[in-house]
Amino acid sequence: MSKFSDLTRLPDARGHFGPYGGRFVSETLSFALDDLEKTYMRLRDDPDFQAEFDYDLAHYVGRPSPLYHAERWSKKLGGARIWLKREDLNHTGAHKVNNTIGQALLAKMSGKPRVIAETGAGQHGVATATVAARLGLKCEVYMGAEDVQRQKLNVYRMRLLGAKVIPVESGTRTLKDAMNEALRDWVTNVDDTFYIIGTVAGPHPYPMLVRDFNAVVGREARRQSLEEFGKLPDALVACVGGGSNAMGLFYPFVEDDDVAMYGVEAGGDGVDTGRHAAPLASNAPRGVLHGNRTYLMSDEGGQVSDTHSISAGLDYPGVGPEHALWKDVGRVQYVAANDDAVLEAFRELTRIEGIMPALESAHALAHAKVLAPTMRPDQNIVVNLSGRGDKDIMTVAKIDGLEF
Amino acid sequence: MNRIDARFAELKAQGRRALIPYITAGDPAPQHTVGFMHALVEAGADVIELGVPFSDPMADGPVIQKACERALKHGVRLTHLFEMVREFRQRDAQTPVVLMGYLNPVERIGLEAFAAQAADAGIDGVLTVDMPPEEADEFGPILEQKGLASIFLVAPTTSQERAATICAHGEGYLYYVALKGVTGAATLNAADVAEHLAPLRGLTELPLCVGFGIRDGASAAEVGKVADGVIVGSALVSRIAEHAEQPDAIAEELKAILGEMRQALDALPAR
Repeated sequence: MSKFSDLTRLPDARGHFGPYGGRFVSETLSFALDDLEKTYMRLRDDPDFQAEFDYDLAHYVGRPSPLYHAERWSKKLGGARIWLKREDLNHTGAHKVNNTIGQALLAKMSGKPRVIAETGAGQHGVATATVAARLGLKCEVYMGAEDVQRQKLNVYRMRLLGAKVIPVESGTRTLKDAMNEALRDWVTNVDDTFYIIGTVAGPHPYPMLVRDFNAVVGREARRQSLEEFGKLPDALVACVGGGSNAMGLFYPFVEDDDVAMYGVEAGGDGVDTGRHAAPLASNAPRGVLHGNRTYLMSDEGGQVSDTHSISAGLDYPGVGPEHALWKDVGRVQYVAANDDAVLEAFRELTRIEGIMPALESAHALAHAKVLAPTMRPDQNIVVNLSGRGDKDIMTVAKIDGLEF
Repeated sequence: MNRIDARFAELKAQGRRALIPYITAGDPAPQHTVGFMHALVEAGADVIELGVPFSDPMADGPVIQKACERALKHGVRLTHLFEMVREFRQRDAQTPVVLMGYLNPVERIGLEAFAAQAADAGIDGVLTVDMPPEEADEFGPILEQKGLASIFLVAPTTSQERAATICAHGEGYLYYVALKGVTGAATLNAADVAEHLAPLRGLTELPLCVGFGIRDGASAAEVGKVADGVIVGSALVSRIAEHAEQPDAIAEELKAILGEMRQALDALPAR
């Protein structure tokens, strides 16, 4: 019997994960969230809906994604064997598409002709633009003006896919501001627009449904672990911004008490410097942003703090509410990886395994580097390689002093 | 009796509509706010909504976003708002003041501490934009204990069932959001507002005040025909923005635009 069984029965009827989560939105959006919740609760156990979702994941996304033994890298580090869950091989190059496929099906069912999304690194924006193109939906993506600059390639990808990318100039001009602007759009165009949120945050029911759509990652990893090494992994490692790829990998293992889990946040220049994006690892206070209560980086006056990370996709001051609860109950350990360690992991995996990871995913790799040598060679670590690094080539080149 | 209830009772007896201006505290700089509040009262304000600047005002359009940014540049926070209202109360003991803002700054102080300090400063009501009644289980009673009114929003998209819940929790007045959108958006449709207000009358005795999309005397009068009060925010805040570099001119600007609305409302037949 797992001591964490209660965790699988959340959220409660009002979208709460213990003290976290909920639905903190202005009144205009309440009916849309009620509608979405009703639609989803009806469809989540509907065999036809699930069959359509599974079909798309198999034939459009290319699932299951492999579980790859990074043998050379494991040997170099010494200690546990490292396995990479290759979400980078999905269509569009990251785990994000699992969720956008699911939400696009919901959008289709709801009959709304327009979808909107927020994006940080651009991966969720690309994944949304992709499914919108496929379903013939009008698509607009909000992206912080600073992120538009550092992720030009993804911006152009979205445009090629027919989406309109709207740079957001307010606030810190990053992911949180993109989400503010997407919420403002939604409240204005709520009758004909479906908001595809890209992470396990936002108001209920988003954290739940984004989790459910990404949980395919963990279900596959569980089955593949049994096939590949005949037992469950000893540890799971995934990066955490909002936390959707970590949630997807971890959730199907929640009741496996012997499987340790590590969520790796963006340490930026270091958690003690204040320049980071690690609300859990830094023990940020509780707060309310974007419709849910969670750990939230804010100052003494309750103003949301500026964050810093080398990776646009993790540059977010909050975190999904279910992660907040998992920290409190001790199910997952949340740590941070600093920018320099992340870059080192990025380069190392590229050179040793011929796999170029997204800078987001390189946070998980950086922690695997720390963890593996502390474990035995007969132990196994599964790292979620949540996205590929092509989009980050410009960022890394710039650090190397090159401009194209 | 709470100052808000007293004010609405008085207006009802006179057959008049409430005029409720909103400004963001600390915009364009903290030293001006109390003066603006007095100017608003001189121009005919019945209740003042004082905005709490927040880094992420999700329900607000660009005009109030920028007002928040101007105020935050000066580091304005809730403790400063309490000081402002305390100073305002030295000269004005009657005009109700409602704090309007987002939950995070309040939670950061702590609900109990917030309620105690707000009541002590002379604040009468609290409107937390991102806290619907379902999430107010804890906060509501704490405010009530300190005699602070919990003011809630009703939107065009609110179902009759939800409206009943909101009316059951609401105090002071009900804030009807006339538009789907953020603050400062398009002009409202008065016929549409009338249609939505009618069923609310059956649910509550609370005064029904309408905000979003009211920008001048004409639009105030249109809404005043069907509502117990009109709320005006972005139209005032955009004047503050225009004169941010000449703050001494702002009070007169605010008085001019609010005065026009006061006249338009008072020209309507008695309710």
